[in-house]
Amino acid sequence: MAEILVIAEQRDGAFRSASLEAIAAAKSVKGGDGKLAVAIVAADPDALVGDVSVEGVDEVIAIKAGSNDFQPDLMEAVVAALAEARQPALIVAAHGVDAWSYAPVAAAKLGFGFASDVQALRYEDGELVATRAGYAEKVRVDLDFPGKEVVLVTIRTNVFDPAGGAGAPTVTAMDAPACDVSTAHVGWKQPEDAGGIDIPGSDFIVSIGRGVGDESKVEQFLELADQLGATLGCSRPIADNGWLPKARQVGQSGQLAANCRLYIAMGVSGSVQHQWGMKHVETIVAVNTDPEASIFSIARYGVVGDMFEIAEELENHF
Amino acid sequence: MKILVAVKQVSILDDEFEMRDDGRGVDADFFEKDLNEFDHFAVEEALLIKEAAGEGAEVVVVTVGDDEADDALRTALAKGAERGIRVWDDSLAEVDSIAIAKVLAKVVEREAPDMVFTGAQSADFGHATTGMALAGLLGWPHAAVVSKLDFVPGAATATLHRELEGGLEEIMTIQCPAVLSIQLGINQPRYASLRGIRQAKQKPVEELDLDALGLGGGAVTSASRVRRMYAPEKGQAEIIEGTVAEQAARLAEIIKELRGI
Ligand SMILES: Cc1cc2nc3c(=O)[nH]c(=O)nc-3n(C[C@H](O)[C@H](O)[C@H](O)COP(=O)(O)OP(=O)(O)OC[C@H]3O[C@@H](n4cnc5c(N)ncnc54)[C@H](O)[C@@H]3O)c2cc1C
Ligand SMILES: Nc1ncnc2c1ncn2[C@@H]1O[C@H](COP(=O)(O)O)[C@@H](O)[C@H]1O
Repeated sequence: MAEILVIAEQRDGAFRSASLEAIAAAKSVKGGDGKLAVAIVAADPDALVGDVSVEGVDEVIAIKAGSNDFQPDLMEAVVAALAEARQPALIVAAHGVDAWSYAPVAAAKLGFGFASDVQALRYEDGELVATRAGYAEKVRVDLDFPGKEVVLVTIRTNVFDPAGGAGAPTVTAMDAPACDVSTAHVGWKQPEDAGGIDIPGSDFIVSIGRGVGDESKVEQFLELADQLGATLGCSRPIADNGWLPKARQVGQSGQLAANCRLYIAMGVSGSVQHQWGMKHVETIVAVNTDPEASIFSIARYGVVGDMFEIAEELENHF
Repeated sequence: MKILVAVKQVSILDDEFEMRDDGRGVDADFFEKDLNEFDHFAVEEALLIKEAAGEGAEVVVVTVGDDEADDALRTALAKGAERGIRVWDDSLAEVDSIAIAKVLAKVVEREAPDMVFTGAQSADFGHATTGMALAGLLGWPHAAVVSKLDFVPGAATATLHRELEGGLEEIMTIQCPAVLSIQLGINQPRYASLRGIRQAKQKPVEELDLDALGLGGGAVTSASRVRRMYAPEKGQAEIIEGTVAEQAARLAEIIKELRGI
């Protein structure tokens, strides 16, 4: 069994825990005699070795770079160098925004098999098969990689339980390969102040998506949320349009509904990025006119219907 | 000054659909097609830069798709792009996004633009692959999920924001020309005017096959193959039936029970 390589990530020196999910995905196809190596690139990689030394990891490759800055060119050079030196059959990374910038680049350049946003991996008759979603989450696609000796996949977050438990990997130190970089880090921009809106702290959220259709219709849902004693949340297009402040946006580039116990999604389709912020909620209620909307696949209760009609009737009960 | 924008005509599934007999796709009768939402933002960003640059600036839109994809080009032309390029060959019907990137790379080499934009991802499959794979094949600088851009045509570098998880943004500079994948919300895409729609009909759309790009004879290979496609297992959702009043009453009951009121 050839080696599996996971590319773990840090941001500004802090370990990115989604990498533990990538390790878990790699472990799901690691054979009994297989070997799993995890590479991490940082200014001080030794400080991050502990984070990835989980059960099932045989080796940590600690790669020292000149800084903690994310440089896509550097990550691609690292992937190329490790692929050359280790000849892994499979390379795994988390499907985060950093991997979006380097994984397809490396795969295209190096002629690897490639699949992004993968939710399951397995071998079928000795061939690697990766499962991902299609058509706005309404179908599943099983992909294989005929003739490819190396396959690179990125793993959807919140699907695999993060790998844990103490491991005792060997640690190999390495210098980052020399390469020209065409980007330079300038600084960070933190998200705007929430102005008292507390999506992470709220235990009851009513959320509206593009189904609301028009800015003038937003107000009535603010009132409904108020009446129900809920916090009003929204999907990204509502915030992008400026119909509600960004602090109300639930999802990958917004807020995590960390303490929510009841989430009512109205006119939200259930994109993977929205689900990122609310999929874990114990009771999800979906109101959507499309019976095939993917939000129903994670909901506990569903109403196939019009959010305005439901909202209007609901008001009479509170 | 020229900006090339790659646009995709995405497939939107009907509320009900059936799989193809070979189990590797959805029956084509059950789709509608539309310009990818992300690409509206990419086209707008290119138009804004062009308009600021003035005379002599050009926005070219390119798509890899069959004749149904013409609508995607016409939408972009109606908003103000100068011309379109559509590449198609029946052998591309089942290829993946890395293969699409190989085709686009040849178009970029032909057009030699000052900047290339793609959408951050396609709304149907969400690969988030094509633009960055294109950059890899070209050996160009690249950044994904760009939520703000400061680019003056002719300048050696541009400054951009990369939108990261949790609303954090990284500010970086990048050498030009570059391939950038454009994120939702970077601007407010315009609607095409009636005049624009009329004018778009007269604008040139060049149709190319693979031979014209030197990609004949099976040069366009994929990095993956669809083994099977299927509807996911249905979730556990209990569907609340009845009249609207009954549905709302049941919903109120659930809320009150869970909230202890
Ligand atoms: C890097 C990245 C980060 C992102 N981060 C986020 C994020 O943090 N949060 C987020 O939400 N998105 C995020 N997105 C965007 C995401 O991909 C989707 O575009 C977005 O979630 C779609 O929002 P929506 O469900 O409101 O709209 P749509 O997908 O357009 O869905 C609207 C739904 O409303 C239904 N509907 C229409 N009319 C009615 C009616 N009258 N009654 C009931 N239902 C109706 C429709 O059937 C449909 O299902 C991100 C994307 C990227 C690339
Ligand atoms: N067939 C295509 N023709 C032109 N551009 C495409 C095509 N497919 C994808 N793209 C571009 O790549 C972006 C991301 O698509 P994807 O990699 O499929 O998520 C889209 O927003 C388009 O800009």
